[in-house]
Amino acid sequence: MNEQDSQPTGGEVTPTGEFGSGAVRLDQGHVIGDGGIPARFENPGFPPHPHRGTDLDEGAAKRAERVVGGLFILSVLGTLGFIVAYFAIDSDATVFVPGIGMTNALHLVLGLTMAASLLGIGLGAVHWAKTLMPDHEEVEMRHTMRSDAEHRKEFGTILGEGAESAHLTRRPLIKYAMGGALGLFAVPVILPVLGGLGPMPGDDLSVSFWNGDQEEDGKYPNKPLRLMRDPQNTPIKASEVTIGSVFHVMPEGLLDLEEHILEAKAKAAVIVMRLDPDDIKVQKEKDWGHQGIVAYSKICTHVGCPVGLYEQQTHHLLCPCHQSTFDVTQDCKVIFGPAKRPLPQLPITVDDEGYLISKGPFKEATGPSFWERGSA
Amino acid sequence: MSTDTFPAGRPADRLRDGDQPADRAPSAAARKAGGVAGWIDDRTGSAKGVNYLLRKVFPDHWSFMLGEIAMYSLIICLISGALLTLWFVPSAGHTIYDGSYVPLRGQQMSEAYASTLNISFDVRGGLIVRQIHHWAALMFIVGLTVHMFRVFFTGAFRKPRELNWVIGTVLALLAAIEGFAGYSLPDDLLSGTGIRAMEGFVQTAPVIGSYLAYGIFGGPFPGEAIIPRLYSAHVLLLPAILVGLFTAHIVLVAVQKHTQFPGPGRTNDNVVGYRVMPVYAAKAGGFFFIVFGVIALISALFTINPIWAYGPYDPSPVTAGSQPDWYMGAYDGALRLLPGWLEFSFLGFTMSLNIALGALVLLPLVYIVVGVYPFVERWVTGDDREHHLLDRPRNNPTRTGIGMAGIVAYSVFMFAAGNDIMAIKLGMSINDITWAFRIGLFVLPPLTFWVTKRICLSLQRRDRDLALHARESGRIIRGADGSFHERHDALTDHERWILVQHEPVEPLQLTPDVDENGVARPAARKDRLRAKVSHFYFKDAVNPVTPAELAAAHHDGHQAEAIEAPFDYEGIEGDSDHTPGTGGQGADTDAGRSEAAERGIGSASRLRE
Repeated sequence: MNEQDSQPTGGEVTPTGEFGSGAVRLDQGHVIGDGGIPARFENPGFPPHPHRGTDLDEGAAKRAERVVGGLFILSVLGTLGFIVAYFAIDSDATVFVPGIGMTNALHLVLGLTMAASLLGIGLGAVHWAKTLMPDHEEVEMRHTMRSDAEHRKEFGTILGEGAESAHLTRRPLIKYAMGGALGLFAVPVILPVLGGLGPMPGDDLSVSFWNGDQEEDGKYPNKPLRLMRDPQNTPIKASEVTIGSVFHVMPEGLLDLEEHILEAKAKAAVIVMRLDPDDIKVQKEKDWGHQGIVAYSKICTHVGCPVGLYEQQTHHLLCPCHQSTFDVTQDCKVIFGPAKRPLPQLPITVDDEGYLISKGPFKEATGPSFWERGSA
Repeated sequence: MSTDTFPAGRPADRLRDGDQPADRAPSAAARKAGGVAGWIDDRTGSAKGVNYLLRKVFPDHWSFMLGEIAMYSLIICLISGALLTLWFVPSAGHTIYDGSYVPLRGQQMSEAYASTLNISFDVRGGLIVRQIHHWAALMFIVGLTVHMFRVFFTGAFRKPRELNWVIGTVLALLAAIEGFAGYSLPDDLLSGTGIRAMEGFVQTAPVIGSYLAYGIFGGPFPGEAIIPRLYSAHVLLLPAILVGLFTAHIVLVAVQKHTQFPGPGRTNDNVVGYRVMPVYAAKAGGFFFIVFGVIALISALFTINPIWAYGPYDPSPVTAGSQPDWYMGAYDGALRLLPGWLEFSFLGFTMSLNIALGALVLLPLVYIVVGVYPFVERWVTGDDREHHLLDRPRNNPTRTGIGMAGIVAYSVFMFAAGNDIMAIKLGMSINDITWAFRIGLFVLPPLTFWVTKRICLSLQRRDRDLALHARESGRIIRGADGSFHERHDALTDHERWILVQHEPVEPLQLTPDVDENGVARPAARKDRLRAKVSHFYFKDAVNPVTPAELAAAHHDGHQAEAIEAPFDYEGIEGDSDHTPGTGGQGADTDAGRSEAAERGIGSASRLRE
């Protein structure tokens, strides 16, 4: 008996004295009847059971049987087709599917035959259940989830007695010592994991390949490096950088690294553009560039996607990931989107042969923000 | 419900009261099954438990299949994923590709990417397995999300199922993380860009960001540790937790018995449906094959994640239109909407709320809000009863409104992740679209709440109207005095029940701050808040028609829908003193035609143990 589920009765009804002394009007809002009329409707019980065609007509049942059997046979055919296709179709064969285009024939046929094999079983079983298996719904009674009072009480007693018989309450030394031991035992497991996950970042996020290798005294050589085309790895003559052109650049020597090329590239990637010097509105940008050629970090200051889209006419750089837009004429200031900081500029000049070289490293950390970036 | 086992036409064969039917000899099939089952039962004693499971009753409704879709997709993921591990190499180690995909031959790439190309082009049938795995993963998360909507809008999370709601919420969160780990594994340019962005989020965590990032990546991004680490999370750690929680989820469903929609004969104390053996086993088992078959069909026809088109990961190139899979879209969209001024520095440190809010805060926040909702609603209603009958969404307009507002807010974030695609396809300015999303985020959810609630209230009023006045038949009848009225076709008791079965609700009444002695009650402030929220939920509740109101409606032909009490209950059914045509606008129903005998069936279904 679920005592929580009794029908709401008189409690919600305003007592109106004698049976039938109150009039009911529909325009009074929600009205619950008094005395003579129950407060709520009663569940009318199950509706009459409609019989299916297959229950009444042996012919319909036969048809259903044939459909179910046919679907199972379709599944068998699908499986056989899969086996044949697996061995018969060439891996490179292509086939044209209307609406989809050219597609790999083996992949397509394997998928279709597999689908037939599976759908035949599934549809057959469901059709069988719906047409021929019993369609009388059955009733099962529910019981409240809570155990009865006796068992709940017994549970408390067992716990209490167990603790008591184990001397847990009488001998506090054991209790507290065990608590400490259990509280600490995970440390030997977790500590090596935490310690071994990775190295400390140090100043790693704040320097890049443009700084050069760290020397023994902790300083960086900051030697000039040629700007190389990515991925051809060839140097760029200043005269080749025409107005409106854009070059994807990596530092000279990056590909000579034995390992960690991608890690170095992830911080050192640069994009080079040439603007009409009169279009450049910031003096520092002019100074760090060379006759209107400017180099900026290609790694977005938002979450680090490459800022790969350059609009020639407006001189905007757009990050395709989250649409931060940087204005190259204003020292790559953010003019739209979620990034806050401008792209860091790489100071450049030309060497004796006319190739673009760096005049020094980035003056700040490239890439996404992090807590201590300002202090590095 | 006992059915007539013996033919009604042969009374001589019928058992008299107290007789026991003779045991029929078991059929050959039953004997054979019994032999195997007997062998197992001799060793495990499992017959009793298995019998219980096989006879278990599950209610039938199309919306109950949504959870099944999720369950079966998970199983398909497990099967296809196990196959993929045979060929996938979880390593960021460098290799030169020399497989059969010509455009990438000779390129430097990771072994993960090369092996994924190998699965796609050189393993016969490998591509179909890969495609099934990815489509099934998408289907899994779609299925569980829609299942969650069903559970939410029908109030199936109410006591005693709050625990299962929380388990389901954790499952949903883990499924999204599992999906992210999975689609990041091939190490192609698109997924690499996704990992790059993930590194960016992690790096912005206040104080510990860079340490966290170096810990996760085993050094600077991208490093060679992330692929094997994601792999171990994707194939071992997360699936173990997913399968464990999923098992607990299903066991709880079985223990608590499935909820059911209200209907004639269905009460809070029973469960009406089909037994597992044979109907439910055939339907549910068959449905597994249907889900699998549909996924295979989609995989055959529509390519998902063509990693060969993206190329290997390199931190410098990027493709336009870089979107994550849909379940991560909301957080990517949030990153596109958050303005840059949320990044600021103080004391020389950088705080990037423009990123942390969208990625590190929003993701857990979504699931926390979802997870605690049952407890909030229970606090508001103060309802401590068990609920096994589902709500029709219209019958709880505020909850339905909140749910829809939540879905819309999530969708704004999700669709914002496609702002660049929209800009291209629609030829619109990306800046305008982004601003539209930013504004939409604040405008659309409240608007949705209001509209949804209004729709629910109107539906409830229509239900009331239908219950009170039944269906307009279109037949005009002229009375003896020359007046006209339209005849209304009566509802049967069964038809009416669904309209009137739900419980009436009203807001909590505010209790005075001070007791009768003038002493301030310490709980008064909390009560005030609760009364306020309760008022928000239930102030404009439309409650179901009561028998008294129906009786009044039957009388409204007389005068302004009023009746003079006393009015006997049978009058509702019998409609005895109703005289059609005495008033002009009277509604006339055939309610009286429904037989009182049918109500007798109801008493059987309300049997309680």
